[in-house]
Amino acid sequence: MADGSIGLWTVPLAVLGGAIRVSTPFLFVSLGECITERSGRINLGLEGTLVMGAMSAYGISYVTGSPWLGVLAAGITGALLGALHAGICSLPRVNDVAVGIALMLFGTGLAFYLGKPLIEPTAPRLPAIDFGWWSDIPQVRAALRVNVLFLIGVALAPILYWAFRTTRWGLLIRTAGESSDAARAMGHSVLLIRLRATMVGGFLAGIGGSFLSLFYPGSWNEGLSSGQGITAVALVIFARWDPLLCLWASLAFGGAAALGPALQSVGVTSGYHLFNAAPYILTLAIMIITCSPKRTLTGAPAELSITR
Amino acid sequence: MDSGRISRRHLLQGGAALTLGAAAGLRPAFAAETTIGFIYVGSRDDYGYNQAHAQGAAALKKIPGLKVVEEEKVPETDAVEKTIESMINLDGATLLFPTSFGYYNPHMIKMATKYPKLRFEHCGGLWSDKDPKNAGSYFGYIDEAQYISGIVAGLTSKSSKLGFVAAKPIPQVLRNINAFTLGAKSVNPKATTQVIFTGDWSMPVKEAEATNSLIDQGVDVLTCHVDGPKTMVENAARRGAFVCGYHTNQSALAPKAYLTGAEWNWEALYPKFVKMIAAGEGIPNFYRGGLKEEIVKVSPYGEAVSAEARKAADEAKAKFLSAEGYAIFKGGLADNKGKTVIPAGTDRGQKDPELEKMDYLVEGVIGATS
Repeated sequence: MADGSIGLWTVPLAVLGGAIRVSTPFLFVSLGECITERSGRINLGLEGTLVMGAMSAYGISYVTGSPWLGVLAAGITGALLGALHAGICSLPRVNDVAVGIALMLFGTGLAFYLGKPLIEPTAPRLPAIDFGWWSDIPQVRAALRVNVLFLIGVALAPILYWAFRTTRWGLLIRTAGESSDAARAMGHSVLLIRLRATMVGGFLAGIGGSFLSLFYPGSWNEGLSSGQGITAVALVIFARWDPLLCLWASLAFGGAAALGPALQSVGVTSGYHLFNAAPYILTLAIMIITCSPKRTLTGAPAELSITR
Repeated sequence: MDSGRISRRHLLQGGAALTLGAAAGLRPAFAAETTIGFIYVGSRDDYGYNQAHAQGAAALKKIPGLKVVEEEKVPETDAVEKTIESMINLDGATLLFPTSFGYYNPHMIKMATKYPKLRFEHCGGLWSDKDPKNAGSYFGYIDEAQYISGIVAGLTSKSSKLGFVAAKPIPQVLRNINAFTLGAKSVNPKATTQVIFTGDWSMPVKEAEATNSLIDQGVDVLTCHVDGPKTMVENAARRGAFVCGYHTNQSALAPKAYLTGAEWNWEALYPKFVKMIAAGEGIPNFYRGGLKEEIVKVSPYGEAVSAEARKAADEAKAKFLSAEGYAIFKGGLADNKGKTVIPAGTDRGQKDPELEKMDYLVEGVIGATS
């Protein structure tokens, strides 16, 4: 069209763009949580880790001028929070779900406290790779501006899928998650395996947070996460602890989040509250369709406190 | 100078405290230092709505004899009643500023009835004769500044498509959207404003998505009414669109893209309130004002604003500042469904309370309130 608008095409394009832009934090947190849960522990604190990651990435990027150092700092912060969770959970008679909730509050509270002076400054952001060079439609180009973290996340999903099936580490994590007695009988420390799995999970969740503050929406403020971390933890259950399904679920959530604003922008204005709730309706729908009263959740690690 | 005079001066100038206590119905001996409570719905440092109020509170902290207590992120539920109770009973607050729209009814009204000797000042509510006399509501006609932003936006846009990222369809938000649109249409009759509601005051991911969707539709100037405009400003500027700010001056975030903006001026109003109480006259229960009363202001024009747009905007500003003022919402106004909302011949002046019950979007706005 002559005036630069592309009419109704905005909607599928926004859903595609949204799937790419919004999905990355979901993807990193859910892959991280997938590793942790496969080892037999649930870490609900990843919402706090995500927010801490976002804050520390923004702070380090602002102070050093290098957004990549910020990403690294976010990962390290996440790993430390993961170690804290695993450390507390390795004490006798400690419930991992309760520790997770405590760490979620601790992480967000600490991030808000330390992040106060970071709200006004503008930190250097991560660069984007322009995959829309072939198109001369600016809307397509904008939708296909992809961050390298998204590509890493997409690559990580099949790698994890493969690693869980064939590598020694993958099998050890699964053993710890399916039967801690078996892992112990093989001479491995279940606590150590879970410590490492929770740290890796925290590392990935921290990186997911750095995407929020350094790429999209691309600034630090206290409403930044608005529950994405906890949604991603739920996503793992929804994806049946399968890294590949985590990828598809994250993309679907990202696209669904873009649906509400996109429909309003083309003039579908009635019921926007419903469209804004699209991601949650989607979750409920899939949960209802796939659940069965006859069997337990397929793929659930047997040692998880929620399935035990 | 005899000592009696000094102490009297002290009372009026520096202290303000004793008289303030007296005005609030307390015995002067009770409050050596007056405590004022501020309650915010979001973070005090949101670069937006709450920060504007916090800057006003900071201006009060500088006045000797006043102590300011603040609590942020208080939801618009029973939680605000608990906060008010604790500010009164634990901190000894005698003047309270619950600053968010949803605090007014029933929460603040209930508290004002329970503590008839204390003073409650609400931002944005609509005080009526039925409400307690110790409660009051104040607000600024920020739509005047939005009207001026609309003029600048209408003359800067190449596509004549403007965008508005809004939180919820409440009267104040609708009034801003409408004033912005009417300002744009006054200089560019082709101009339209596309509005997207995100559903809540602080939803950064939704705000960024809304910004991108609007720009995908060909919108090239955006403004917003959410608590923290930072997300919209930065994302729009990154896509090469122009922005008009809101609540505070965001030009530092995007100096090239920032055209102008509608800002609050609570730093000027709150000390004025304290002076009114100290002088014994009290704050009027229903207090309103716009550019003329210095409750709102317009950000300095950015470098991208043309001479033509500056001239048109300055002319509109002069009309608002003139003695007779200027009515944005004039008779013969239709909403975007074609219904006449203000019949021809009845101009709704800025102080008309009907405007504070606005539930429509004017012709030229693309969007719906529900």
